[in-house]
Amino acid sequence: MNKTLTARLFGPKAWAALLVFAAVTLVMVPVLNLAVPADSAFHLSTYWVTLIGKIMCYAIVALAMDLVWGYTGILSLGHGIFFALGGYGMGMYLMRAIGREGNYQSDLPDFMVFLNWKTLPWYWQGTEHFLWALALVVLVPGLLAFVFGYFAFRSRIKGVYFSIITQALTYAAMLLFFRNETGFGGNNGFTDFKRILGFAITAPETRVVLFGLTATALMGALLLGRFIVTSKLGRVLAAIRDAESRVMFSGYNPLPYKLFIWTLSAVLCAIAGALYVPQVGIINPGEMSPANSIEIAIWTAVGGRGTLIGPLIGAGLINGVKSWFTVAFPEYWLYFLGLIFILVTLWLPRGVVGQLQSWFSKKEKRA
Amino acid sequence: MNAAVRTDAPRQGASLGTSSTERAVGLERPIEDSRQLDTRHGVILYLEDITVSFDGFKAINHLNLAIDRGELRAIIGPNGAGKTTMMDVITGKTRPTAGRAFFGQTIDLARLNEAQIAHAGIGRKFQKPTVFEELTVFENLELAMKTDKRVWASLFFRLTGEARARIEARLELIGLKEHAQRAAGLLSHGQKQWLEIGMLLMQEPQLLLLDEPAAGMTDEETERSGELFLTLAGEYTLVVVEHDMDFIKQISAGRRVTCLHEGSVLAEGSLEQVQNNERVIEVYLGR
Repeated sequence: MNKTLTARLFGPKAWAALLVFAAVTLVMVPVLNLAVPADSAFHLSTYWVTLIGKIMCYAIVALAMDLVWGYTGILSLGHGIFFALGGYGMGMYLMRAIGREGNYQSDLPDFMVFLNWKTLPWYWQGTEHFLWALALVVLVPGLLAFVFGYFAFRSRIKGVYFSIITQALTYAAMLLFFRNETGFGGNNGFTDFKRILGFAITAPETRVVLFGLTATALMGALLLGRFIVTSKLGRVLAAIRDAESRVMFSGYNPLPYKLFIWTLSAVLCAIAGALYVPQVGIINPGEMSPANSIEIAIWTAVGGRGTLIGPLIGAGLINGVKSWFTVAFPEYWLYFLGLIFILVTLWLPRGVVGQLQSWFSKKEKRA
Repeated sequence: MNAAVRTDAPRQGASLGTSSTERAVGLERPIEDSRQLDTRHGVILYLEDITVSFDGFKAINHLNLAIDRGELRAIIGPNGAGKTTMMDVITGKTRPTAGRAFFGQTIDLARLNEAQIAHAGIGRKFQKPTVFEELTVFENLELAMKTDKRVWASLFFRLTGEARARIEARLELIGLKEHAQRAAGLLSHGQKQWLEIGMLLMQEPQLLLLDEPAAGMTDEETERSGELFLTLAGEYTLVVVEHDMDFIKQISAGRRVTCLHEGSVLAEGSLEQVQNNERVIEVYLGR
């Protein structure tokens, strides 16, 4: 009955598409990668499994961005920080899991030996436990988002001012993580991981399991997002986006609403980051660079803000093009990305999915 | 495309310093509830010696005003008389520099923020209609409905049959029943104004503040609005700020009218008394 927001979330076709996606990612990809022999035409190489897994992590981030930007009107240009912190949380565990197999055969991660550190810093304590690392993955970015959001929203900072501050936040964090003394491996970050929970991290089976987990997380995030935006809370968020003062005079305090969606969005990014690092095998402060965070906003805009499914498509499209383009014309990628953004802003202001939706609804009207 | 840089709707006056950011904006739930409103003496709103000064300019100057429960009070006055600022003070958007504002006998409005004041039972209609354009008319009313408005309650909210019936009754009252499933952004100007009034009514307010509700309406729409207000008076208390004298005439027959000028009350009484007041004539016609 609520036509404007919920009707297209989702029609029977979208549910069917989701089922197909689940079947492909959880059954077909593992079979094609593991069971089909490598010389067969149907074999899916581990390169592709990793690439698609990585893009699905980005898709989770784009979805998280859509919740705050598309639905609530809060444009973050610093979402990379939450992604990176989640990745660092997982990375700490993976570094500890190397054990004495590093170059220096020490209990400490290699970069600490290199810095001549004798003991683990306090914040590394317990990171050898997988569950504690998972807790850090969620808690640290979640807490940062909560505290930052509380002060920003309480001071009623919005629009470009908010965007600039988030950009500064991720930039400051990047500079902090670049320092060797911070204790996160400086500009090299973490790499050379050996195993996760005892399984060799480069083994195809491990890769496929990580891939399946990422696909599950992506579908879970999509369903959670759908639950939120189709609830009354989702309509309050849209109302905050369109007329915040009216929301206040209607008896809602926008602060906890913004804080809720903002923190949730940050945690989703962190989970994506934690899934990304074991698949890609590296995390460094470059993930916190402002350009990365801007790119997240571009995925969302290209796919279509306020559609949930659009940003997933946007992340897939842009990163698909990127992985080809950066091989073919590596120097020109950023120009090309900028061009895409300009073209989308001019001719597809509602993104790919928004455009498709309006075509279909026109067709329906004619029929 | 400008959702990213969209700032707040009109913030007249508030940008001049007494921003409401200093107000309590914590996570605590609004404490006041309109059912406890104490109006033993028949008065629902007292403004006592209110002054609002923006960098020395007194938008409101020692204003005293008392509104009785169930009253329909029209407030007139030339531009800059302080009418909108007065509404800002009552709804918590602007803090008075001096003076006190009471809702009923006991609720001190200066202690509450906008959301708490709305919860306490004061509804406000802005000059420009502000509705949630991307939501349907039905959803607009649903959001405004008086209910637990905290985050978790909203996340797990389910519309009950009784609540649906209340929304439909309001749709009927404001004459938008056929438009229930349209996006509010597609309504005409007059329809948006009525929707906004319907939204206010969903909050079950005690006091309704209406800032130029007839502005931009066709004559027919204006007349229908007037009828609507006359129906609401008694059950609700209405304060209407308006310039349109035909409209004032329609709604103020046998009622009190207040004329503001330079931030204080210039005259009060029946419309005829006010219109014949020499000082009012002087202000309106120039000296």
